[in-house]
Amino acid sequence: MKYTKEHEWLRVEGELVVVGITQHAAEALGDVVFVELPEPETQVAAGDEVCVIESVKAASDILAPVDGEIVEVNEALSDNPGLVNEDPTGTAWFFKMKIDDLAVLNDFMDEDEYNELIG
Amino acid sequence: MSGGKGGRVSDLKRLALHDLHVALGGKMVPFAGYEMPVQYGLGVMKEHLHTRAAAGLFDVSHMGQVILRPKGSYQDTALAFEGLMPVDVLGVAEGRQRYGLFTDQAGGILDDLMFANRGDHLFVVVNAACKEADVAHMQAHLSDTTGVIAVTDRALLALQGPQAEAALARIVPSVAAMRFMDVAQLPSGYGELWISRSGYTGEDGFEISVPEAGAGALARALLDMAEVEAIGLGARDSLRLEAGLCLYGHDIDTTTSPVEAGLTWAIQKPRRAGGAREGGFPGAARILRELADGPARLRVGLRPEGRAPMREGTELFTHDGTALGQVTSGGFGPSVEAPIAMGYVPRGQAEIGTTLQGEVRGKRLPVTVAAMPFQPTTYKR
Repeated sequence: MKYTKEHEWLRVEGELVVVGITQHAAEALGDVVFVELPEPETQVAAGDEVCVIESVKAASDILAPVDGEIVEVNEALSDNPGLVNEDPTGTAWFFKMKIDDLAVLNDFMDEDEYNELIG
Repeated sequence: MSGGKGGRVSDLKRLALHDLHVALGGKMVPFAGYEMPVQYGLGVMKEHLHTRAAAGLFDVSHMGQVILRPKGSYQDTALAFEGLMPVDVLGVAEGRQRYGLFTDQAGGILDDLMFANRGDHLFVVVNAACKEADVAHMQAHLSDTTGVIAVTDRALLALQGPQAEAALARIVPSVAAMRFMDVAQLPSGYGELWISRSGYTGEDGFEISVPEAGAGALARALLDMAEVEAIGLGARDSLRLEAGLCLYGHDIDTTTSPVEAGLTWAIQKPRRAGGAREGGFPGAARILRELADGPARLRVGLRPEGRAPMREGTELFTHDGTALGQVTSGGFGPSVEAPIAMGYVPRGQAEIGTTLQGEVRGKRLPVTVAAMPFQPTTYKR
């Protein structure tokens, strides 16, 4: 698993990258009440706002971590946004991306580096 | 992920119970010049639901507590206080509390408050962000008749929910006999408690002013009871929104009149046209005119379709694109299990059931004008 400084996790699954938010982020957001997912088959650039998460406190965005195509989104989050709090690093993934070169993931933090970030 | 708000914690005042909040796992955030617990370990959703199901303890010591001590008769003080509000102060019986609001010359709202007749004086509770201005305002206008005394050595706790009575009655049994908006000064092992049967959640419950020296022990004693949990500001906000209650600085301020805000119930007959003490408060011309002719716009309840909340600042439109106004408070209602909001729209669009549009992240989404409260209140009348 790799991590972004925006508190997303990235997991390689075959040739796809699965994206979600970390336990730390889920706790900071508080109870999630609404998730707006992107359309599948959307080309995105790193830094694009691709999802909206509304918690009881505020709205936050999920940014595309890298350039690529969103190929699948987790519809279960639309019906049950609370999954983000229950299982942020498992069943509450947000989307899967196809990217040109999985090697770009090496630029992101590993678990130790991320744990140091959130201290 | 991006978003969220920071805030400087330096320069902030600390509550008398600060260490208790930290020990309870409270997440402290800046609010109205204080470090306040926005939530504890349960989180906003569970804290909200616990308050509706059992009892929640809130520390609202940031609010201003003020005594109005007559220099002459109680009646002179009550009448002078009426000079600041479109409210019948004189008619409040001893041992009773009433909602009030300070108005300005333009008929806007300077603050909203609770005041109680305590026999030989009045006790007033005002919003934290306004308290210095409110005390100055009262001193400027009441000093001929009244000593205005800010109470700075007492904490203020709120115990809210269906089991609040059972919990508090273990400490002060006589609270069980109080009705909604009754007040009492009762001795206890924690010092004299100034209790009102009221709150800001739509639930039955109490607000308890306690000497700071006894506040920590009282809070601990209540929290040790099985039905009581500590509740933060986050749930306080969602609870009051479900109850349709205004938050000063958001739903009401100097740009809104009491009539626009739908607070006409707070303007009793003696202060209205034809009443025994008609007018005689700041902004009376506008407020009496709006009472007679109706205001140009009204605060309404709003229910967005779907699950996306419409938060404060969301712009409201008709279906043909005419701008109407804004959402002033909005979020997700944990008990109604849906997004809810309130905001201002022209009177012609304020009918319950009217469908409008709210713009969320560039998209116009349907939202329906709805009755408030969103969640039925359970006051013990």
